[in-house]
Amino acid sequence: MIKDFEYIIEPTRKKVFDLKELWQYRELFYFFTWRDVKVKYKETVLGIIWVILQPILSVGIFSIFFGRGLNVPSAGLPYPVFVFSGLLLWTVFSASISNGGNSMVTNAPIIKKIYFPRIIIPISSILVSAIDFIIAFAVFIAMLMYYNVVVDFPGVLYFWPAAIVLMILGTLGISCWLAALNVKYRDFRFVIPFGLQIALFVTPVIYPISILGETSLTYVLAINPMYGAIMLFRAPFGLVVSKPELLISLFSSFILLLWGVYYFKKTEAYFADIA
Amino acid sequence: MKPILDIQNISKSFQIRHQRLPYLSFREKLMGIFKSREKKEVFWALNDISFTISPGEALGIVGSNGAGKSTLLKILSRITPPTKGKIICRGRMASLLEVGTGFHQELTGRENVYMNGSVLGMKKNEIDRRFDEIVDFSGVEKFIDTPLKHFSSGMQLRLAFAVAAHLEPEVLIVDEVLAVGDFEFQKKCLKKMGDVTGQGRTVLFVSHNLPSLKSICKTGILLREGRLLQSGNIKDVIDTYTSFHHRDEKITDGIHYFQNHILVRKVSVNGIEHNSVLVETDRLLIVLEIEFKKRTAFELDVHLKKDEQVVVSYANFVKSDVTIFEAKVYRIEYSISLPELRSGKYKLDLFFTEPFTSWFAISENMIDVDILNSNHHIFLNSNTLKWGTVLAEGAYSKEILALEK
Repeated sequence: MIKDFEYIIEPTRKKVFDLKELWQYRELFYFFTWRDVKVKYKETVLGIIWVILQPILSVGIFSIFFGRGLNVPSAGLPYPVFVFSGLLLWTVFSASISNGGNSMVTNAPIIKKIYFPRIIIPISSILVSAIDFIIAFAVFIAMLMYYNVVVDFPGVLYFWPAAIVLMILGTLGISCWLAALNVKYRDFRFVIPFGLQIALFVTPVIYPISILGETSLTYVLAINPMYGAIMLFRAPFGLVVSKPELLISLFSSFILLLWGVYYFKKTEAYFADIA
Repeated sequence: MKPILDIQNISKSFQIRHQRLPYLSFREKLMGIFKSREKKEVFWALNDISFTISPGEALGIVGSNGAGKSTLLKILSRITPPTKGKIICRGRMASLLEVGTGFHQELTGRENVYMNGSVLGMKKNEIDRRFDEIVDFSGVEKFIDTPLKHFSSGMQLRLAFAVAAHLEPEVLIVDEVLAVGDFEFQKKCLKKMGDVTGQGRTVLFVSHNLPSLKSICKTGILLREGRLLQSGNIKDVIDTYTSFHHRDEKITDGIHYFQNHILVRKVSVNGIEHNSVLVETDRLLIVLEIEFKKRTAFELDVHLKKDEQVVVSYANFVKSDVTIFEAKVYRIEYSISLPELRSGKYKLDLFFTEPFTSWFAISENMIDVDILNSNHHIFLNSNTLKWGTVLAEGAYSKEILALEK
């Protein structure tokens, strides 16, 4: 038993992160993620094979319709490799946003009955997609070998981690923000899938940025954190990284993260009353 | 010794929005941008509550529905913040506001034990260590690797309580969760609760089950309409609660007369002359003092209703022993033995009738009866559960005493 353990319950709560508390509850991250992963593939015949099948199928469909059918340029890469390099990040992003955005509502029964740092919920639902990411990533590596794609070797060591970090920052911020908004205004349940659909087309996932030509529109598109993340991720394949856009993406990711987490913390205390 | 929980002037308010007709919504909403059409009302669920709990104390919280018990527990469990006031906690707390929080139907019993345990604040290695003990306590070892959805509701509750029973916090908050499981399991749970308090841990316990409160807790507090009415010895608190229990209007004031042959001077139900009665026994004693203006054939019909459905009916008119009363004042005692009923709010209707002919007067939807049934074993056994169906008339006896004219 802990001696001199003391805390105070008061009307106004701190709006900053109590990292110490989060550390005390670290196992909950694991349990929430573990539960969601388990539940996700329970009662499915193919089970975990879906994790591999999903990216392969979507890459196949995009390759047939956009690569072959519409002849979308792919910056010198085989189109399947090109589209997968984008979809790899995009799937994680969109799955995290839609799961994370709904996470507080789906977990409302727990929130109403037990206290724990609420931020664990949206973060755990992001971690669920991280597991899918790792598997899809392995498939991606296999594909690179199959197509014998030339990769800038030392480049991948910093471009890819940088791309993933950028993606995480943006995903975390947006998820927390949407999760909190969704508790208050259930409209966001409908807004999220719709928004993600649009976002897929304004993000250079299935087409290269070069398709847009020389335009200042890219500065606007770069506000989307995924713009920068995918650009970084494709850099080792010889695609250009343009600094101003990268900085915009980076900046907006940080703003989104700060704002999302701030908004979440601000409304967190009242989730149980309105959820 | 410093109190382990120090609750200082806690208040909690909610805003109640009275929305107008819902189907005007869209236009109204647009208008609402410029002018708020909602009437907001502030409701104080808790009002200036202060008390302290010493380490090792078992405190029972009593109060009728809506008194603020659950809100208080939610604030103490940090689920919702107070509007005003402050609470100092000097111990690790676990709260059990429901059994099986975090249970997922698709997961197996084993997986749910881990999920539920960790949500309740247990560490993984702690669950590993106590896993066999938990399963043993629950008595569902055969099904532990079966998905929860194949469990009966009783088995789910057992498993859930088994996890909860193995929590080892310094302060345990329990809300009305012991009213589950069959009789044997009940005894096991109550024993476990007793052990918990015996080990010197602090327990806050909300229950409508007054006998078990009495056996587990030594001290208690009574809440009413968000205020702290009394605190102290649990027996005194419960006594106040049972006797106090809403004394608003006299039953006689709510009687509606159709004819002036009779005048009901006094009505009491289990000794209470007011329109809210708490019944802890399996018997209703209705005492009437009636003045008959002339020689009259009279019978009292009694209906006990739950959700507008008659549950128990004691209409005596089918029997032959209609009593003729002289033009005098009588005191009549009706003793009705009730079947086992689920705890809850009921309505008692009285019909003052001239048998086979007409009503002299009625008391309808007036008397609230709060039935407290301490036999939990009926909760799960639906065969003995009585509500929603009209029962035949039950055992009934009356005693007549002529008072002065």
